[in-house]
Order: sequence, then C-alpha cells, then structure tokens
Amino acid sequence: MAEPMGFFTDVSVCIGCKACEVACKQWNQLPANNGGVVELTGNSYDNTGTLDGTTWRHVRFVEDFDDRSQGRWLMFSDVCKHCVHAGCLEVCPTGAIFRTEFDTVVIQADICNGCRACIPACPFDVIDINPVNNTAMKCTLCYDRMQAGMIPACAQACPTESIKFGPVAELREESEVRLAELQRQGVSDASIYGREDMLGGLNAFFLIIGPPEWYGLPKEPQLPSSRSLNGEGILGAISAVVAVVLGAISFRNLGPLRRKEAAERNQAHEDSQSQVEGSV
Amino acid sequence: MAMKTTRRSFLKQSGLLTAGTAAGSLAALGVDLNTRRAMATELRIRNTQAVPSICPYCAVGCGTLIHVEEGRIVNIEGNPESPVNRGTLCPKGAAKFQLHVNPNRITHVLHREPGGTEWEVWDLEQTMERIAELVKETRDRTFQEEWTGPDSEGNEITKTVNYTPAIFSLGGATMANEWNHIHQKLMRGLGIVAIENQARI
Amino acid sequence: MGRGAATTYAEDLSRSDCIVIQGSNMAENHPVAFRWVIEARRRGATVISIDPRFTRTSAMANIYAPIRPGADIAFLGGLISYVIENDLYFRDYVVNYTNAATIINEDFEDTEDLDGIFSGIFEFEGDPINGFEYEYETDTWQYEGFPTTRAGRQADTEEAGEAGGNDNGDEDDENGSDAEAGEYQEDAPDGPPYDDLIEYIRPDGMPTEDETLEHERSVFQIIRRHFSRYTPEMVERITGCPRDKFLEVAEALTSNSGPDRTSAFCYAVAWTQHTKGVQMIGCAALLQMLLGNIGRPGGGIVALRGHATIQGSTDVPTLYHSIHGYMDHPSALKPHESIKNYLVNDAQPTGYWANMPKFLVSYMKSMYGDNATEDNDFGWDWHPKITGDFSHMASMVRMARGEIEGFFCMGQNPATSLNGRFERAAMRNLKWLVVKDLFETESAAFWYAAPEVQNGEISPEEIDTEVFFIPSAAVGEMDGSFTNTQRWVQWHEKSADPPGDCRSDEWFTHQLALRLKRMYEDSDDPHDEGFKALLWDFDYDEGEYPEDTRIQGIPDTEKILKEINGYWTDDPATHLTGFDELQDDGSTTCASWIYCGVFPHPDENKTRNREADPVGTRGSHQGWGFSWPANRRILYNRASADPDGNPWSEEKRWIWWDEDDERWVGYDVPDFDDEKHPDTPADPEGIGTDAHSGSDPFIMMADGKGWLYTPSGMVDGPLPTHYEAAEAPIRNPLYSQDKNPITKYWRTEGNELIQHGDENYPYVVTTYRLTEHHLSGVMTRWLPWLTELQPEMFIELSEELAQMKGIQNTGWVRVTTPRGSIRVKALVTRRLQPMVVDNQIVHTVGMPFHWGYMGVVTGEAANDLTAMVGDPNVAIHEAKAFMCNIEADDD
Repeated sequence: MAEPMGFFTDVSVCIGCKACEVACKQWNQLPANNGGVVELTGNSYDNTGTLDGTTWRHVRFVEDFDDRSQGRWLMFSDVCKHCVHAGCLEVCPTGAIFRTEFDTVVIQADICNGCRACIPACPFDVIDINPVNNTAMKCTLCYDRMQAGMIPACAQACPTESIKFGPVAELREESEVRLAELQRQGVSDASIYGREDMLGGLNAFFLIIGPPEWYGLPKEPQLPSSRSLNGEGILGAISAVVAVVLGAISFRNLGPLRRKEAAERNQAHEDSQSQVEGSV
Repeated sequence: MAMKTTRRSFLKQSGLLTAGTAAGSLAALGVDLNTRRAMATELRIRNTQAVPSICPYCAVGCGTLIHVEEGRIVNIEGNPESPVNRGTLCPKGAAKFQLHVNPNRITHVLHREPGGTEWEVWDLEQTMERIAELVKETRDRTFQEEWTGPDSEGNEITKTVNYTPAIFSLGGATMANEWNHIHQKLMRGLGIVAIENQARI
Repeated sequence: MGRGAATTYAEDLSRSDCIVIQGSNMAENHPVAFRWVIEARRRGATVISIDPRFTRTSAMANIYAPIRPGADIAFLGGLISYVIENDLYFRDYVVNYTNAATIINEDFEDTEDLDGIFSGIFEFEGDPINGFEYEYETDTWQYEGFPTTRAGRQADTEEAGEAGGNDNGDEDDENGSDAEAGEYQEDAPDGPPYDDLIEYIRPDGMPTEDETLEHERSVFQIIRRHFSRYTPEMVERITGCPRDKFLEVAEALTSNSGPDRTSAFCYAVAWTQHTKGVQMIGCAALLQMLLGNIGRPGGGIVALRGHATIQGSTDVPTLYHSIHGYMDHPSALKPHESIKNYLVNDAQPTGYWANMPKFLVSYMKSMYGDNATEDNDFGWDWHPKITGDFSHMASMVRMARGEIEGFFCMGQNPATSLNGRFERAAMRNLKWLVVKDLFETESAAFWYAAPEVQNGEISPEEIDTEVFFIPSAAVGEMDGSFTNTQRWVQWHEKSADPPGDCRSDEWFTHQLALRLKRMYEDSDDPHDEGFKALLWDFDYDEGEYPEDTRIQGIPDTEKILKEINGYWTDDPATHLTGFDELQDDGSTTCASWIYCGVFPHPDENKTRNREADPVGTRGSHQGWGFSWPANRRILYNRASADPDGNPWSEEKRWIWWDEDDERWVGYDVPDFDDEKHPDTPADPEGIGTDAHSGSDPFIMMADGKGWLYTPSGMVDGPLPTHYEAAEAPIRNPLYSQDKNPITKYWRTEGNELIQHGDENYPYVVTTYRLTEHHLSGVMTRWLPWLTELQPEMFIELSEELAQMKGIQNTGWVRVTTPRGSIRVKALVTRRLQPMVVDNQIVHTVGMPFHWGYMGVVTGEAANDLTAMVGDPNVAIHEAKAFMCNIEADDD
C-alpha cells in the first residue's frame, strides 16, 4: 500500500535556477503567462510572481542585504502544500478535488466546474483558474508519474536536490537532520515550515531561512472551516484527533470498487489533458 | 536508436495503483474526511520510445530522453542514467521540448534579394544550387595562389597560400563534432581560411 | 598546461575540500555541474565565490569576496605571493612535478625589472589586421641551455657552429624571424619517416635545475620576485576586495591543499573575455601547481565552457588558427612551406608532441586521401595557409573594409554578439549571407529589423546583400556527438525528422560539398586541383540509408566520426584503436589524433556507450561516452601519486604504481606510459617521453613538468602580470605600463576606446549570462517557458548609484559607450556595491547580453556597447570589464 508521499523543499541549497518551474510546465504542458510576454517585475529575479493555474512551481527570491557583509540571497521554490487538512478539498462542491492514495490532493479538471470556491479556501494562495480550460488547477504532485513509479518532474529536474521527493515520514526525518546541521553551522533563523502541527502537516513542506513572511507564507495558516467556526480551538482539537486517528489507520483496500469509475474518469482526464496540450 | 524508458522507482510495486481508503469516523466531525482514493491516470509517455539525447545549451553535457510517439516528440526530460546529470536539468534543458515543438520555428527557406524589402519563401533545392554557385563565383574570382605581404618585422615576403580571403564562415558551438569536421574540411578544401566559431567568443 | 581543456570533470568536484569559483557564475550558468559543488559543501568543503556581483553562486558560498572586474590577476597573484612567502606550497610536488627548479636564460628580464614589460618587446610592423602594436621575441624567456622554440634551438645550433646559420644578412634570412628559418631547416633531414628530423631538432641534454629552489634564476625565485609586490594591501588597493576577505580566501585555500586535501578552481568566460584572459587562467594554473592541486582527485582547474560542444569545436577546429588536435594552422607568416619545415618549426622533440609527424601526416591523409602521397608532400601545397589574423573580430574588420563578400553564419549571431553596430554595418558590405539557425536571428534580419534600419538611418533598399535563411533541425532531429566541457564525447541520437525544410547542419554542408564537387569536376584550373583532390566520402553505403526518414541526402555521421577517429589507409574497414597506432608515412588516415580511439571498431562507437558507474562508487564512468585523450578523465593523473608511485594519501588515491603488476593502475586511465616505472631516469638524449623520467607527469610538455613559468606558447609574457583592462577606472598601481602591451585592438571607425580618466564614462560595466537564457537569445527568447522567467533586458546597479543618478527600480536607463547606446530597464539591488579602489569609489554595473530585436521578447543588446579589443593569445574580446555612462531615461 502506498504511503503518504510529498516534497521537502530546502531553501538552503536552492540556487533559484527555476528548472522546477519549467520542468513542471513541460511535463504538464502548461502555457507560459501571456505567451511568455511579461514585464520585468523588479522584484529580484522573480518574474512569474506567484503560483496560479498555470504556474505550479514558483521560485521566489529574497534579498537580505541590509548588512552587506552578512548578505544573503535566498531562493525558495514554492508549490502546493498537499495539506493533510486541505481547505480546497473541504470546500469543493463538485468533488473534483480528492485525496489520492499517496495522501496528496488533486483536482480533476474534468469534474471541476470552475466555481472558484477553492481559490480563497487555500491558505497559501496556491490555486487559480487555468485560462486555457477554465478550471481550477494546481500541482498534482505529478500524480500520473507517481502512479507509474516515476518521481515528479520538478524533483527530478532539480539540480541541487533542493526539491526532495519521497515518503513524507522519511522526508521529515531528513529535514530535521538538515535543520540541526544548519543550526550547528550558525544559521540560527533556519526552520521547518509545515510540520505536523500545521494543518495536520503539509505533505509538501519546507526548510526556510528567515521568517515565513519573506516567502509569502502565512505564519499560521487557517482552514476555511476553522474560520467559519470562528475559532481556532476546535480546529486544534480536531487536528489532534485526526493525527491520532491517522496514525492508527492502516489504509486498506476500498480500491477495487472504484476501478470502473476511475477508468471512466481517466478517459475524461485525457481529453482535458490534450486540450491543455494544444494550447502551449 | 531507442532505449527502454528508465524510471527511478520509488514504489515497491509497479503498475497502476487503484486502492484507496476512507477515514470514515472523522466525517461526523465535519472536517476533512481525509478520504484517500485512487484514480487511474494514463501516463502520457506510456506508448513512447525514449531516445537518448544530449542537451544543446551549455557544455555540461546533460543527458536527456526524448519521448517519441509515431514520429512526434511528446516529452523531453533528463536522463536519470547519465552520470553527468542523473536526470536533473536547468531551466533551459527543461525547456528543450519547446526548442523542438514551437510554432515560432520557420520551416522553409527564406530568401531576400539584394536591395529587397521582403523575405520570399524559396525552394530548398533551388537554394542549395544558388549558394553553391555563389561560393564558386566568389572563390574563383578571389582565389590567390601566392600572397605577398609583411611579416611581423615588416619584411615583405611571398608565399604559396592557395586560399581565398573573401569568404567567412562563422559557426555555432552547438553543432555536432561531425558538422565541425566536415565543415572545416569543406572550407579548407576550397581554400577558405576565415573559419571561426562561437568557441572564440 | 599543454592541452586546451579542463583538467578534470565536474563530478570530481564532489571530492574537493575547497572550491574557488572565480571568473564564473557557476550556479547560474552551469547549474547541473554545480550540483557537485553543493555535494562537496554538504561533505564539509569550503565554497568560495569571487565576483563583482553577489550572484546565485555567491548565495551558495561559504565565503563571498567582491572584486572589481578585470582585477583577477592581482587577486590570484596575491594568493601566489601569500603561498610562497608563507611557505605554504606543496614542496615535494613543486620540486618534482613543476619547472620551479629550472634555471632561466640569463638575458631574461622581468616586469619587475622593466616596469611592466618583459624582455624581448619590439614594435609590430606587420599587417594592421593582426591588431598588434607590439610583439615579443621569446628568445630571452627560454630555459638555460634547453630552448623550447624553433628559433631558440636554431640560435643554439648556429652558436655551436653545427649549421651554417644566416650569415648573409639579407632580408630573407633575418635571424630569428618567424618567417625564415634559413639553413637550419634546409639542413634538417627529409622524411618520411621523420625520426631523423625529430632527432635533428632535439636540443642536447635536459634543462638545468636547482632542486633547492635557491638559484636566483630558478623559476621559483623569479616567481617569488615577480609577485612580491602583490601583498594583501596591494590586492585590496587594486581589486577593491577588503584584505580580511582576501586573507580568509587565502587561508581556506591553503589549508585545504596538500597531500591529504585538494582544492579546485572553476572558471568560465569571465576569465577569457579580457585583454589578458589567457594569463588569468595561467595564473590560476600556476597557483594550483604550487599547491599541488593538478592531476589529483578534487583538484584541478575546471573550465566551464558555455556551449554544448564548444570543446568539440576547438578540438575539431572550426577556428582559423588551428587544425585538428591543437596543431597550428599552416601559416604564410611562419616557416611552414612544407611538412618538413612545419615540423622543424612546430614539433617538440621531447614530450609527447615528438609524435607530431604522425599526427600531421595522418591529418593530411584525412584531407586528401589517396591523393596525398609522399611525392606531393601529402598535398601540403593544396592546404591553404593563413596570412594573418582571421579571427571573428579580424574577419569583421575585413568585412567592414569590403574584403569579405560571402558569409556563412551558422548557429551564430554576430549582429548582437560584439560591437553590434559595427558588425551589422560590416554585414551590409556583403554580397551574400547564408544564415542557418533554429529561429530567425538578428543576423538573418539585420537588413530590415536592425536598430539602424528601424530608425531610418539606413533603408533596406540600400543594402545589397543577398540573404538566405535556412531553418535548422533541432538537436533531437539529428544525430552526432557533442564534446562537453570535461572532454566527454557523447552521442545524441536522432528521435524524429525535423519539420518542413528544416535540415541538419551536416546535411547542409554535405549537400553543399556534393554540389561544389560536381561543379568543379571537370575543371583543369590548377587552383581547383586541391578541391578536386579533397576526399569526400560521407554518403551512406548502399543499403544502409535509414528507413525512418522522409529526408534524402543525409550524410552518414558515423562515417564522419570514423574519419575523425582514423583507420588504416589500405584497409579502411579497420579502425585505429588509439593514437599509438598512428604512422608518419601515410599508412594511417586520422583527422584528429586526440579523438583516435573514440570509434575503435566499426561496431563500437564509444560515444554511444551508456554504462555509468553506480551512484556512490569511486570511479570515473569509463563506460559512459569517451573522453579524449584515450578515455582519461583526469589529465596528468600521474601527479595523483608521489614520485615513487604511491598515492599522496589514502583520501586522494587515484592512480598509483602497482609493484606486482609492474604497471600504473587506479580509478582512471593513466595519463602516462602505463608500464613506465616511477624510478625510470630521464634519457638526456631521449626522444618523446623517453626524455622524461618516471616521475614527470606532464607528458605533453617538453620537460615533462608543469609550467609555472611559460618559456613558450604565450605571446604576452612567460608569467601573468596585472594590467588594467583596455578601459579602466584607474591607472595600474603596479607599473607605469598600464595595459597589456600585447593587446589585440582594431583602430577603426566605430571601435573607439574610452581613454583613461574620461569623466564622460565613469562606470565599470561587466556583461554576463542568466540561467534562464542562452547567448544572444536565439535558443531561448523564442521559448515562452523561458521568456516569462526573464522577459526584459535590464541593467543591475547598486542602490547607491541608482540614488546618485535618480534611477528608479524598473525605470529606464540609457547606457552609453563610444560604440553604442542602449535603453534598458533598471534592476536596483544591494547585491551590487560601490567599491573603494586605489583610494577612489568605483561603481560597477552589470548587464546580461541575451537580448536583441528578434524573438517572443525583445530588448536592446548589451553587445552594442562592447569594443573589438581582446586577448592577444586567442583573440577573445574584452566584454567582462569596460567603461560606460548611465543616465535615467524615463519617458
């Protein structure tokens, strides 16, 4: 049985090359913003600006040079967090968003009706409408590649292994080792963003240097449900329960029941895929 | 020329996984059900051949795999088996697909007459004949068997040179070694010595 | 060091203990090779970035040292002085493996003696197209009693009365002139075989050495004196790098060099695009040899070249100055009238180059096949001779003068590659222009889209050039080999036919050749004899033509590779398996001796080998591709063992002498005679590598040593010296000689230089690449996935300068030099900083050079600002350090 899979993205070895952005667009055949004709943002070397319906990996640049002798240029490859408690999944009225056998969160383009409910529901501003097919889109953690035993396009392309892909449990261990190492080297403001205490754990989590705001990351991301329930206490309690229960559950086989449905969807998915392809 | 698609497998089992589960008891709490289910996807390179190639940008020499289906390139990514890059790429290498499949590519010869204001589409065969004629005409008119000129100390010397200084060839450094060989051979064979390459600058 | 290539390969960097990246922005321009740097850093190595800008490489470095563009030799010279004065050099390595102990001619005078010039300078009186004002005679630079040049050997012979000498004094027999070697060469024995000729030019004995390194004319003492004024204070004054930072670098580098540890240098074109670029690289080589970091794992000098087969196009030279395998192109300005004369002048009787007769004759056979015979000197007269400089820059000057009327421009884009305005004007003089590329380039469109045409300065009707644009196949649409930056030759297979009339480069050249062959077939003009004799056999054999293509007339690329590799002349089906099989009598045909062995059998094209060593093993991937020479991955790897043949340390084990097997063994192919015992003495009468001992690792060199001091081969001095760039903000603090006296510069309209102290151009400018683009942008600015990442041309400048000039981030800036003026957007950043240099504040600005007027995104070209001034050794232009002015230019 598949175990939860995810990304560990490490700012400390990211060289900001953006291979992840392009490899993602290549594999998923996503178009460039405005046919590639955009303006210089003046925001360091970042010209794609944000994650959206056609940019599923995005590299952000932070220039920390107030004191030039200690100057740092930090690069951060952002991506969908594949939250254990996913706001998008929670609000999706059509069931287009589902949790996969890898514990990742995927939007099915053929079911999505473009209602946009998921867009504000995401605490990380990950999702947007892909103008090509008018459905909400985001990183699938290369669901198709994973199913074929291949690693996601961005992680494969990443030349410095800043993007690591693997079982979340292993990645978490690795990230703590890396964090300890950096702290030993005196990088006192390094931290892990997206441990289990954040929305039940982000399956795509990060090692960042400096405060989360530098990377456009909310300090305390909120689920829409917790916002509507008007209190964090309940969510916290639920999270704890979820964590406990998840720990206890061994994901067994409801699968075969769904095969027929899956095959049908697959066909539809293919159709939408070719639509996107044709637009590149 | 094809080789088997190589995959870095992270799963013990292979093939499509269609199993899922649900954490049903949580549904009552009205939060994320955390239902996990599988949906069959079709790998878009499933019916392709993977052809090993090399990235044409910088000189690191990253291996790539070009996935081809019925003579059509459908995907290009890093070759995990190459010891140079182990499947990784930079953004340029990752964009290699668009270097091939790109509506901005011109797919016919363009010709512009002296003093002309427009490109015209030309036939390839006609083009090759015309270029060969131009080369011959220029070469024959400018060919020198001997050269007389100053050495570095200003002494006039005369030497057999059998060359034409009137044709210049400038090549890119993204063209195969085999091209470099036959091109320098053709040029030198004709007596052309102004042969240069991007390697200079 | 005797071979024009990186001494090691990128993965080997993961074995380094310290990596200095200078003259390169490796993380941005070679991100995938940079993974090994990250790997080394994870293992605890120190990574150092020395750069005028804080780059994505600096972001990953343990130490960032800022430096003023063009001041690299001062920095490296400072390190050399630090190493020598603090006794931090690797003594056993230096004494045994380098020429440190060698005694130099007593007539040699250093820049320290002559205030910035070396002995032997004279005013250049040759053709101005060569770009020189001065040149050096190298006689005085030679080893005492062991000249490494023809002129030196000739002078010695004449002195000894062994040959008649040039006693009549007429102008044809100018003693020492490059043009005439007189009776010395006439007296040389004829060949083939050329063994006697090589014997004849063999100087007696071997160089004089003082292993104590105390002799005042020893290379070591000369170097000590030469760099003695490159103190940390002087480094700071010239480079702007604070001395503490410099000392931090020096400390890290020296503490990570020695028997147990190795350090590597990585450089790229930020060390070549200068008026002293080759000397910068030489300076790093000198330093690395003092530290014992050459030929050893984790050591070396990694040249990070920028194009897929830039190494290949130098090895298989589409370059005017050389023929295959790093032999000089036959020249009218040298005594190259015959093969014999060429060899007398160019062959090196000691060291591996003693085999040059075999390389040269086999090359001539590859040109003219059966028509090259002993009787016609293997077709020597047919082969053209150069008459001066035909480099890119010189050729563009010739074009501007109207001397060039036809231009093949294939995969290159001169319209925006340097001094664009000048080069575009030159192209307007052409009668015909053939551009072959993937997309419509600025060069193809120069007649209607260039700025001069767009602004009405000139109209297309006035441009009498017939222009062809031939669309190219992309890499996946053709097969062939690329040689990467570490000499690895790898094959790329064809995956699909190109669209429409797009054709491979091989197709084009082959089809052109076939047509010309046909046109000249019946000619009886003596001028055409050579071309008619040219061997051209690249069509597929009967029945071999590929079936999966609709395109006709593709040449057989493996047949081409076979000609490069070589075969037995009378049995062409038998390929040569290595360069030790080459013959000098015409019985072997081989275009490129260094590639010999790449295709050893008809069914074994090694460039298609794809068996890598498993991840994590200590190997050199012998089963993946082929690296010349002879599949050696680390050059001069004999130096990875001590003089007795044992590894210097267990950590740095690579190649060692196996007493039981009586041979060199290890993780790589030994770059040495694999059965030569370490105790083998040098034969003072020996030819080739017999003249070297079993502990002389540098087999290409005349003396088997690594050259700290270069008695021959460099036109601008035997040692690197700091000079200011052709355009610079300060005068040279070291000497009254400001600039490299042997600079290539073309004094012509549109190529004016900024004089020192010109207040109209106060800012230093450097140009560079971004990760997201490639060169002039032809291969990237048409790709939306890349253009969205870096859409617009910009200038990077510090906050301080922006404030001073009233420039806003993303606002428009006009950048001006005497060559051109461009309008670009500002990217204001604290990653750039004003520096204090020679007691004044110097501002540096930087610009990528990827933009032009064609593409999905367009922008003005940085190369409209650069000048045709460059390195005297290799004629590469100076784009990494020049001067400009900037002004805010908002609408």
